[in-house]
Amino acid sequence: MRKVAVLDHGMGNLRSVAKALEAAGADVTVTSDAAAINRCDAACLPGQGIFDNCMANLAAEGLELVVREWVDAGRPLLGICIGMQVLFETSQEGGGSKGLGILGGGVTRLPDTVSVPHIGWNQVESGRLAALRWPGPASSSGPAPYFYFDHSFVPRPSDEAIVTGWCEHGERFAAMIAASSITATLFHPEKSGRAGIALLEEWVAAGTAAIRPEGGPAWPAPIREGDRGA
Amino acid sequence: MLAKRIIPCLDVAAGRVVKGVRFVALRDAGDPVELAARYDAEGADELVFLDITASHEKRELIYDVATRTAESLFIPLTIGGGVRNVDDVTRLLRAGADKVAVNTAALHRPELISEAAGALGAQAIVVAIDAARRTSAPARRDRRANGSPAGAGAEQSASAGAERGGFAPAWEVFAEGGRLATGRDAVEWAVHACALGAGEILLTSMDADGTTDGYDLALTRAVSDAVPVPVIASGGAGAPGHLADAVDPAAGGAEAALAASVFHFGTLSVMDAKRALAARGLPVRMEAA
Repeated sequence: MRKVAVLDHGMGNLRSVAKALEAAGADVTVTSDAAAINRCDAACLPGQGIFDNCMANLAAEGLELVVREWVDAGRPLLGICIGMQVLFETSQEGGGSKGLGILGGGVTRLPDTVSVPHIGWNQVESGRLAALRWPGPASSSGPAPYFYFDHSFVPRPSDEAIVTGWCEHGERFAAMIAASSITATLFHPEKSGRAGIALLEEWVAAGTAAIRPEGGPAWPAPIREGDRGA
Repeated sequence: MLAKRIIPCLDVAAGRVVKGVRFVALRDAGDPVELAARYDAEGADELVFLDITASHEKRELIYDVATRTAESLFIPLTIGGGVRNVDDVTRLLRAGADKVAVNTAALHRPELISEAAGALGAQAIVVAIDAARRTSAPARRDRRANGSPAGAGAEQSASAGAERGGFAPAWEVFAEGGRLATGRDAVEWAVHACALGAGEILLTSMDADGTTDGYDLALTRAVSDAVPVPVIASGGAGAPGHLADAVDPAAGGAEAALAASVFHFGTLSVMDAKRALAARGLPVRMEAA
């Protein structure tokens, strides 16, 4: 049973995330304790609500450093919604808030031409890394799967090669990314029914393999120079 | 493309579902969690629990319902009814709700909306509005709908009720579960609620509710055109086409259609409604969650 730490920063619906990961086959611990987190194979940074509050709570719980060290060590991290947004450098929410800056780029508000917040089920199209091994919607057959979104802001990765899933609402935006050991979704897999659980299953299965020497190729596939640009 | 949502609503009192339901095979037909699971399996995009518990002490039970539902269901859950303050909102979200609907308390103290949105984010705050058509012609300001021609003539021609009195229809907001008239204009209140931070509007027509004659499309349209956030239409569903009307950009223009009795009594299923939407070319998530 793969051990997954759900990072408890006191925000959002942690129970839903924990239960969904359990349904996806993980042995879940909800904790903010660094030692307990480090005993796990993978970590999930969930999030709902407000960017600034999430950053403040991460700092208050000592989790900001834990997340940085975790990613530096190449261990698998899954960011969800605000937990994805805070990985970037800044956010327009709250007027230029600072994020963790682990990923290059900022977070901006969706345009006024459509209803905002973007609430509901929307389709996620595979990005250009889809051919590589990553947990995400199928790259070829069938229509793009629906996932549940509930947000007003979207990340703008400075390197679009990390985008593994695109969505559109008023404009095209990154709904899912994979970079080094980080996977992140702007939608809520824990609220996306079977499609969401299937995605979490892939992450739980693949994500933990990356930290085991015998676990085959490093996961997620690191961005190679040849993958960048165009 | 963002799918139009079909949302079954369950009335819950003291932790039990109160309306009659068709699912005869259930172990416990009054268990909201078991019913929620059925709707999930039918392809519901989201669920709303409306807590109508009368007694104060039994209101605690809704938190347990939220928790048990969130532990077994992986689709979004909105809970409303009797929410008084930010603490109530926070507790419901922590218990397992994804969004919380406020109604009467926000009418008494609109700052509740900004406080809740400021603490928890607009995406978690639904403002529920119960509205009824005014019977006389009030003085109305020119309300400019997004991108549509302004002016009384355009509004009249677009409004189902305009033909009766020759004036633009208007709707009044009611509090306390429809028992207390507030004098507020429904469209203006919706716009104000969004300015305060509402992330979604759950709009119930008290005239249409229970009729099964269809949604009040003029009301749905007027609010949908006026606010920047998604609108959930409620009240009046009796046939699959009604739900399609509610979310059709050429009719009600809402983002989602909510219904209770027709789903509970088995008049129609969630998939019946979705097929009606799909037949009209409206974006809809057809696979069951």
